[in-house]
Amino acid sequence: MTIQEWKFTSKDIAAKPDLFLSGHRACAGCVPATVLRLVMKGTRGPTIVTEATGCMEVASTIYPYTSWATPWLHTAFETAAANASGIDAALKIMKKKGKLKQDHVDVIAFAGDGGTYDIGIQALSGAVERGHDFLFVLYDNEAYMNTGIQRSGGTPHGASTTTTPAGTVIPGKLEYKKPIGEIMVAHDMPYVATASPYYWRDLLTKVRKGLEVEGPAFLHIFAPCPRGWRSDPAKSVEYSKLAVETCVFPLWECVNGQWELSVPSRLVALAPQKKKPVIDYLKGQGRFRHMFTPQGKKLLEEVQNLTDRRWQRILQKCGMVQKS
Amino acid sequence: MEPLVKQEKTAMSGDEAIAFAVKQSDVDVVAAYPITPQTIIVEKFSEYVANGEVQTEFVCTESEHSAMAASLSASVTGARAFTATASAGLALMHEMLFVTSGCRAPVVMAVANRALSAPLNIHGDHSDSIAQRDSGWIQLYVENAQEAYDSIIQAFRIAEDFNVLLPVMVGLDGFTLSHTLENVETLSDDVVKGFVGTRLLPNVLTHEGKMVPFKLDPDNPMTMGPIALQNFYFEFKRQQDEAMKNSLDVIQRINDEYSQVSGRKYGNGLVETYRLEDAEVATVCLGSTAGTMKAVVDELRREGLKAGLLRLRAFRPLPVNEIRNALEKVKAVAVLDKSMSFGGNGGAVFHEIRHALYDAETPPFVVDYIYGLGGRDASPTELRGTYEDLQRILKTKSVQNQVQYLGLREEKGQ
Amino acid sequence: MTSHEKGWKEIAPAGVCSKSSTSFLTGDWKTFKPVRDISKCTICLTCVLFCPDGAIRWHPEKGDIEFDLSYCKGCGICANECPTKAITMKLDQE
Repeated sequence: MTIQEWKFTSKDIAAKPDLFLSGHRACAGCVPATVLRLVMKGTRGPTIVTEATGCMEVASTIYPYTSWATPWLHTAFETAAANASGIDAALKIMKKKGKLKQDHVDVIAFAGDGGTYDIGIQALSGAVERGHDFLFVLYDNEAYMNTGIQRSGGTPHGASTTTTPAGTVIPGKLEYKKPIGEIMVAHDMPYVATASPYYWRDLLTKVRKGLEVEGPAFLHIFAPCPRGWRSDPAKSVEYSKLAVETCVFPLWECVNGQWELSVPSRLVALAPQKKKPVIDYLKGQGRFRHMFTPQGKKLLEEVQNLTDRRWQRILQKCGMVQKS
Repeated sequence: MEPLVKQEKTAMSGDEAIAFAVKQSDVDVVAAYPITPQTIIVEKFSEYVANGEVQTEFVCTESEHSAMAASLSASVTGARAFTATASAGLALMHEMLFVTSGCRAPVVMAVANRALSAPLNIHGDHSDSIAQRDSGWIQLYVENAQEAYDSIIQAFRIAEDFNVLLPVMVGLDGFTLSHTLENVETLSDDVVKGFVGTRLLPNVLTHEGKMVPFKLDPDNPMTMGPIALQNFYFEFKRQQDEAMKNSLDVIQRINDEYSQVSGRKYGNGLVETYRLEDAEVATVCLGSTAGTMKAVVDELRREGLKAGLLRLRAFRPLPVNEIRNALEKVKAVAVLDKSMSFGGNGGAVFHEIRHALYDAETPPFVVDYIYGLGGRDASPTELRGTYEDLQRILKTKSVQNQVQYLGLREEKGQ
Repeated sequence: MTSHEKGWKEIAPAGVCSKSSTSFLTGDWKTFKPVRDISKCTICLTCVLFCPDGAIRWHPEKGDIEFDLSYCKGCGICANECPTKAITMKLDQE
């Protein structure tokens, strides 16, 4: 069934058996776990999952237990996309030689920001350039959480991490969040999209669209981490809503180079009162606490300006402007 | 021994012979990255692909690390996988070599043995694969292009054996073997295909409680490569070690079976002895140097010296019994190491030969020669010199220098 | 040393996992547990979709949801996201 035909209600999704099972050891309030659960709800048939080293990999496969009801492979930190390449090549040739039972198998590669922005980017870029048929899902919790909250290329400007602590001289990470989505668009690949778990309907649609692509697809999913962000676990999904409403994490799709702003972000673009100030998102997160001091005020302004600048850039690509 | 099948003789380099062997072995996936002196393997193979001569997915990965990850992943999906590399490429794969053997993926890899940087050197020595001896891969070292061809074909059978399920690397000396033309006798496509057979998969018990073929298959989900904590990791490593022990027999058996078909045998598969039965002095080496050494041994024998040679074909698993049986009656042994173990008081092969001989009733003198690093040629005269040293050792009943460097310039003018 | 675990001769190679995590009950992690006011619940299933642990299940045959406290870690996302505030987090006294 193609995306055109897939109509679903919350009841349809809820009734689908979980392929990412309960009993995993993720923290209470871990939204990457919610993301993985939802992505697996979006699968359409036989699926093979491969994953990079990281929180979700470690939390879901502590031998002898596994939370995966699909075939699942982990090899190393850098290799989510390289694994997907090998699996894709094997499936292709086995099908040609009549050795594959299934008509088609979807391949999903999961990685955190470590396994995508940094150590995994080479394999990702290579796999996309070679055109392998797989969906790469980045669950972005904005730091190397599994090893103790160290900064990554996906850590936003000003965030305090254990390798960029907010000290008396340096106020957190000085560098900026690598625009990974735009980098993947620059690969001239069939499908790139961002998603946020609060907007689960949009997320599921994008998962399905990504799987339907015959070739590489990239899905960047925002995944708040209460432990690493030092925020209230109960508010973890709410932060994924605030990130969109403040334009910190705009939702968009790029289909064969055509940009389109997704509905939740479109609503913000079209209605000025809906665009919330960045401070609404930052407050309550311990990793940004140092911004709420007299010295941190400048940093708050920087983050607002940075957010607005990137938001404008996305709008431009989508052929829109922010109404004011 | 008369082969049962008709073979064709073609002039091929070691690399070309390997590409041809892969072509004939019904390989499903080749994921590789070019590096001198392996490049001819991937180039030749891509010609086969481009001309529709093979049914193989050829993946030009963006690095060797990804090449091994992709090979391993393809292998555990059920495909027969091959890759090739050398030197820095093998070093870059280091992490993934351990993962591949840990995942029990029977990947076969050709390594065109080449020196490691720094400084950069593209020529042949064994430092690349010797440095990977702990990675859980079976290591075979070939003497010539013929053996390279034969060993690749055998490697698939060794790797895929249910009692083994370990990846196999076949080392051939960079440039000396990879690029030099030799007459290679090749078997017909049918015979090779029949010998390697279809890849069979053992059954494993999954978390669903089913005993199903060991592969990534949506019909029978299983989790591979989990995190194993202090309470389980050790047991998995012991399993790999047991597989290595089993491979001692399997390598011999496959060598034997292959000789029935081709008429060619390489010692017992693990080691090749040359005129060792009554030898008083002997050298031990890996790879193409053995070819030169055989000529040296013959010359010495003509002069009346009881000289012999032991070629290690398998370095991993270490054929301890074969080494001991071959050398324990010899009185003085010189080991040749084409790699350096800095600060190790001798090379890796030296350490392991001494280890194998330690428990012999009357262990011989064992000395080491580091040679050939960075493609430094070792002439027959220089190699003969090791035997002359051994004679001196026997005469004086003492060793002056346990570890020496063959062909090294100490000062200008040497 | 735990000798009640299987030895190297008994476990599957390559770390192929032998148990589903559903046999690992994470419910004893929680300090707070979700309590639902049925009168406010509209069965929108938002909580079912957002629970990181899949601890809230939709039973179509019953037309109702069920909280599986044997997995619930007490994070409170369900309570925070419920559109009608039908769920409150209460101290788990057990």
